[in-house]
Amino acid sequence: MSKPLLGVVLGAILGAIDGLTAWFTPAVRDQLGGIVVGSTIKGIIAGVAIGFFAKKFHSLPIGILFGVLVGAFLAFLVALMQGGYYLEIVLPGTIVGLIVGFATQKYGSAPVEAN
Amino acid sequence: MKWLSDDKLDHLLQVVGTRYVFVKELGRGGMGTVYLAEDRELDREVAIKVLKAPEATDGLRERMIREAQIIARLEHPGIVPVHDVGTLPDGRIFYAMKFVRGSRLDEYVAQGASLRDRLRKFQAVCDAVAFAHAHGVIHRDLKPQNIMIGSFGEVLVMDWGVAKIREDPCKSAVFNTSDGTVIGTRNYMSPEQARGEVEIDERADVYSLGAVLNFLLTDQKVSKPLKAICSKAMATEPGERYASASELSADIGHLLDAEPVSAYRENVLEKTGRWVSKNRFLVLLVLAYLLMRIFLIFTSRR
Repeated sequence: MSKPLLGVVLGAILGAIDGLTAWFTPAVRDQLGGIVVGSTIKGIIAGVAIGFFAKKFHSLPIGILFGVLVGAFLAFLVALMQGGYYLEIVLPGTIVGLIVGFATQKYGSAPVEAN
Repeated sequence: MKWLSDDKLDHLLQVVGTRYVFVKELGRGGMGTVYLAEDRELDREVAIKVLKAPEATDGLRERMIREAQIIARLEHPGIVPVHDVGTLPDGRIFYAMKFVRGSRLDEYVAQGASLRDRLRKFQAVCDAVAFAHAHGVIHRDLKPQNIMIGSFGEVLVMDWGVAKIREDPCKSAVFNTSDGTVIGTRNYMSPEQARGEVEIDERADVYSLGAVLNFLLTDQKVSKPLKAICSKAMATEPGERYASASELSADIGHLLDAEPVSAYRENVLEKTGRWVSKNRFLVLLVLAYLLMRIFLIFTSRR
């Protein structure tokens, strides 16, 4: 699987799972649908960015760092829009970015260069 | 003709104007003596193998020349290169080859090399032997004492004195072997070699490689797949062994990369364990994520 595609797939899956965990927070349970959709979109955006970065730069540490930064930044924007829950949103978002950053560098296939 | 003793060789080499200056004796084998010498023309150290004088029958002379020819045709980083072949004034055949600094495989193992390092070296041996097989040459005497590990970690297969060439029926053997003639080293030779069979193929070397692998594992904790690789390489029936040294090398490579090996069918638990060990970091990340989630669930409920 190409690095951008792996980033998108992984970002979407982890984003959706991340959103679903909002069910455990009773205060926001009635908004679960919106949270899951929003979290999935956030995951896809992060996955695209991290995947294309991984395609361009072949370095595991830099890929992980970029993933962390993108994950944290997007999660921070979401928390800002929510007006709270910074820890609950930013921390998981950061770790998801880390996982996607690692996975795209390690498992995504590099493009074949034409002669 | 009166043969010169090896002790007089030093003097001889330096006075008759050969390009080599004797430095010291490195070792003695069944066929000849190996000396460290200096190549005066190219200003480098070489190893010179000189046929033993008293046993210099026509058969041995021919075998020595054929050994040099065999090595010369095998240009591979894992096979020691021959630089020169010649005859000393007393008629003894010699050939000059690269002088390899380092240690023999058995000495290397005794120095406490890790299992991973040993397997990487073993793979390099397999690759060199596979190259020889691809050129129709069967070594027939693979053992740790015939494998050198250079000072930069390079692996060199030595002593091709009893090697057999397959593709040319007229040169079917370096030695004119006949039924009942046993060639090789006990503990490392295949059952068919031990029986003195003439018609042996690459799988005889595969058996010897298995014996070398077995030697490398003697003081190690060995996994089931690695044991299975060793057993398959050392199967009594040639048909049950790896078909080639390349296949054996590939299975070792799979093992090192935590991938399934052809010699061993693993169960679900072993498959999972291998996957986890291969993707340790990813598993740790996911675990960290789950722990963090559990922590957040409990803290947000308070």
